[in-house]
Amino acid sequence: MMDVVRTVLQEANIKYLSCGAGVLHVDGAALFEALQLLRDHPQTDFTQMMDLCGVDYPSRRPRFDVVYQLLSLRFNTRLTVVVSVEEEIAVPSITKLYPCAAWFERECYDMFGLVFEGHEDLRRILTDYDFEGFPLRRDFPLSGFTQVRYDDLTRQVIKEPVSLDQDYRAFEAQSPWRGVAAVQKRGAS
Amino acid sequence: MGVGKSPVFDPQIDPVTRRRYEQGARLLGKGVQDKGFLLAKRDELFAWARTGSMWPLTFGLACCGIEMIHAYMSRYDLDRFGMMPRSSPRQADVMIVAGTVTNKMAPALRRLYDQMPEPRWVISMGSCANGGGYYYYSYSVLRGCDRVIPVDVYVPGCPPSAEALVYGLLQLHRKIRAQEQSSWLDRQGAS
Repeated sequence: MMDVVRTVLQEANIKYLSCGAGVLHVDGAALFEALQLLRDHPQTDFTQMMDLCGVDYPSRRPRFDVVYQLLSLRFNTRLTVVVSVEEEIAVPSITKLYPCAAWFERECYDMFGLVFEGHEDLRRILTDYDFEGFPLRRDFPLSGFTQVRYDDLTRQVIKEPVSLDQDYRAFEAQSPWRGVAAVQKRGAS
Repeated sequence: MGVGKSPVFDPQIDPVTRRRYEQGARLLGKGVQDKGFLLAKRDELFAWARTGSMWPLTFGLACCGIEMIHAYMSRYDLDRFGMMPRSSPRQADVMIVAGTVTNKMAPALRRLYDQMPEPRWVISMGSCANGGGYYYYSYSVLRGCDRVIPVDVYVPGCPPSAEALVYGLLQLHRKIRAQEQSSWLDRQGAS
């Protein structure tokens, strides 16, 4: 199938960065045309987009990947399309090609802060209404910045800076078995 | 179970109290037959009425909600306690917070609690609702629903079994009976 994908893209004169082992790496500028071609071409026919997600590589430039999982029902084949993108650069939205991508792109925006250009309703989808930060970025602290509680004086649920009553716990368990042995040894001594 | 004999259903009732209740029930029946009215102790009557049909507000948020559904179904059958799940807080007596409460859900939880009529009770079901549980360190989860609403009974477990929830409900019944007695005694002392 990857040979077919390569041929189809070359015939249409669409540039790609790499193509092999089920993964197609394209540039952000060529993404929309590539996906449109792969969806509509009778030899590929990737009619379904199963998933869209982001990946964060903090030490790499460009920092983020956006990964599209395509499925061709006719050929019973799956294809992973990867776009590498920098934080400030917008990714072209593919909601015109796959309407189901609308909520996936909202999720990716919510979790990674990536902007999808051409998306009609790019709001947060999962986190709280006035949430700050992007939780799935590697530099986001696990417990976030705020917590909520009910305030009896103002009679509403208010936000406060996060404060944990119980500290983080350090588990020594590198593997389940080793961890148990370490705990047992500590108990014996 | 002796529901027909004793006005207050309590599986853990001691024989002396049971006999007293049965005697009282006989006297009550006699009073109704002879005089057309009956006398009862206010606190016991109110406790009987309040524990007899506690309508819970369905608040299934996660896997605890599934276990709460099991408690309603035919094996444990909360209908035996007169419990029918209500989807409107206006008709509910007890809120069973079953599952993980997220920060986004917290204002809605408080609003539903505020909409419930007095007297109202809250059962917190499962580790997440009790104190954050598995998601204690999370950026999006409330560390215990008692940060938002007052809780009467905490049912531990992840998720608690349906039996555990039924046990928690019976504990709440006990608590309501004790509350009625103490409030009645308070009133006697005040006047």
